[in-house]
Amino acid sequence: MQTNFFRKIIFDEKSRSLLIQTLVIGLFALFIYLITQQTAYNLEKRGISSGFDFLHISAGYDISIRLIPFTSEDTHLRAYFVGLLNTLMIAVCGCFLATIIGFLVGIIRLSSNWLFRNIAYVYVEFTRNVPVLVQIILYYSILLNLPKIKQAIVIFDNFYLTNRGFFSPSPIFKDGFSIVAWSLVIAIIFSFFLKRFLKKKQEDTGKQYPTFMINSAIIIFTPIIFYYIMGMPLEFDRPVLKGFNFKGGMVIRPEFLGMLFGLSIYTAAFISETVRSGIISVSKGQREASQALGLKSNFIMRLIIIPQALRVIIPPLTSQYLNLTKNSSLGIAIGYADLVHGFGGISLNQTGRAIEIMMMVMLTYLTISLTISFFMNIYNKSVQFKGNA
Amino acid sequence: MSSTTIQIISRNKYYNWLVKNLFSSWVNTILTVISLIFVYQVGSFFLNWAIFDADFRYNFQGELIIDRGFCSKNIMPGEYGACWAIIFARWNQFMYGLYPIEEAWRVNLIYALLPLAIIGILFDKIPFRRYFIYFTFIFPFLAYFMLYGGPGLSVVGTNKWGGLLVTLFLGVTGIGLAFPLSILLALGRRSKMPIIKSLCVVFIEFIRGVPLITLLFTANVMLPLFLPDGVNPDNLLRALVAVTLFQSAYMAEAIRGGLQAIPRGQVEAAQSLGLSYWQTTRKIVLPQALKIAIPPIVNTCIGLFKDTSLVLIIGLFDLLGIGRAALADMTWTKLYYEVYVFISLVFFIFCFGMSRYSLYLEKKLKTDNS
Repeated sequence: MQTNFFRKIIFDEKSRSLLIQTLVIGLFALFIYLITQQTAYNLEKRGISSGFDFLHISAGYDISIRLIPFTSEDTHLRAYFVGLLNTLMIAVCGCFLATIIGFLVGIIRLSSNWLFRNIAYVYVEFTRNVPVLVQIILYYSILLNLPKIKQAIVIFDNFYLTNRGFFSPSPIFKDGFSIVAWSLVIAIIFSFFLKRFLKKKQEDTGKQYPTFMINSAIIIFTPIIFYYIMGMPLEFDRPVLKGFNFKGGMVIRPEFLGMLFGLSIYTAAFISETVRSGIISVSKGQREASQALGLKSNFIMRLIIIPQALRVIIPPLTSQYLNLTKNSSLGIAIGYADLVHGFGGISLNQTGRAIEIMMMVMLTYLTISLTISFFMNIYNKSVQFKGNA
Repeated sequence: MSSTTIQIISRNKYYNWLVKNLFSSWVNTILTVISLIFVYQVGSFFLNWAIFDADFRYNFQGELIIDRGFCSKNIMPGEYGACWAIIFARWNQFMYGLYPIEEAWRVNLIYALLPLAIIGILFDKIPFRRYFIYFTFIFPFLAYFMLYGGPGLSVVGTNKWGGLLVTLFLGVTGIGLAFPLSILLALGRRSKMPIIKSLCVVFIEFIRGVPLITLLFTANVMLPLFLPDGVNPDNLLRALVAVTLFQSAYMAEAIRGGLQAIPRGQVEAAQSLGLSYWQTTRKIVLPQALKIAIPPIVNTCIGLFKDTSLVLIIGLFDLLGIGRAALADMTWTKLYYEVYVFISLVFFIFCFGMSRYSLYLEKKLKTDNS
């Protein structure tokens, strides 16, 4: 009887899997229990308190790169948000630039010109086989090696390239500029509906309209017209050399530029590979068939090749965006004040709340990653095959 | 007569190739000209800087360069040739870190044996492969003994390790330890038992969702908190834990891809022959799945190898850390292009080699299957 019971447990698939899982859960719980006990003991022994109350005490350090105001009296919680915004800013700018470079290089790599495509090949091999951290530091040191403020490289009289960053005029919006901005928004919405209308008309009548040209004209000229109607409500604050630094205008710091170049040049190499393989994956017959129908070559690319290539490109592109976002945590190496550098580094050192702070940082990155995958999945669904085929 | 015919044909061949690949249309011709100018400009700039205008160990006056002042034309980086003397002067640190130089032969021996240890895994048609595989399994113990020390050899603490040694140690050991772990994770993720499956999914997705640097920080700061009093792993070991967990999650996903590619019929056939789960997995599923998964696995290994440079941030002296330490020395300031270009080149050689290997495998797999 007893042997039967054991036999049943070992040889019956259901009860066996139940047993294994119970064991695993037990071990896991034991593991967690031991670790928390040990951690609590260690924390107590070292006199480290825990809890999230530290978020509301003042941080006591300054952050030079920030999108929202921050002084050393502000709280750690605010330092967290400053860091988060900086992380998001570099991630968004990096993804944008990396996508542009990546698509360009990917298309160049398919060029029929041997020399041209091999230049792109050399670029890809050299950038993707060198760690992104080395590249970030290298580009940063190039930026720091630019001329000093006094000998700044002047571009178009108003832009200055120096070792302290890129100085440019900043816009000052006066009364009535909001109307110009709204006119732009309305123009974009209008052109969207116009596009749908013209497309429907084209489907009905077969007549082609220069939709793209019309819409571009609408989007470009509407704000310009309103700009003059409202009496040019926009001025520029130009950077002026005063003493040892520029006054006025705005500055893009070399830390940001170093991160931007490092991340986007590195990631662009990977994106270009996915773009290349995506375009190759569209079968040759598609191109030949559209040529036989007499489509122009840019129509073939835009209407036939790209939409089909996107299906292959989007999933790996998503993971490249995720990689770039995660790599943006390397800002700490060159002093870019992102989440890991400010909150995860300086706040951690000052408060000693390692567990709480690392938890918050990790959960934040997890949330960002999951959000990006979520939206890219939606976009991915929209470009996949439709219908019941 | 025959030689002239060959000449005409061959000239035609080159001529045809040129026309087809460089001058097929006027757009292409313009592109070719622009590309030529670009290649000439970039190439001549780089070659002049790195070779023709550069000082190597000795400057152009024939003096041994011991600091930046001895480089014949130094002042601003980028304006003049490179001063490679910093690489020569710091060569031992780049290779061994602060490893005692009279013991450096131990590291050299391990560097020399490393290719022998991995060649058996990389290529399946070499003679005496079995013995190479045996050696692969002995190698970790040998390497530990030689590098760390033990009976008969003086102990060299890991705080003295640095440079290429740390980079290779983290890369190779991380990959080696992550491999078995990742197989278990990949199998667990495809398991029918919901609890095991969800544990694996949560682990993999968590690790893949956070940057490596946060894991390194966590391991560095929190590992001592988790462990009992007597156990205090040193910095290198902490980094190794983080790197291994990180790599195992990525490798598990690569292996899962291989597992998914195995047709169900394989498993069903094995089961109908009466093989147990582990027999099926070990003898039928894994050999096929791993073979398919090798190229993506190699890609994750390239990624890991590059990511080992991140340990610089938690204060370990890998290749990049040693480079930065060299730049902090007042005698060599402002030579950062030389140092970073050198480090890039070292990483490039390893990673490019691995990616070539992955391509070679992909080609081989294609011919094997068709």
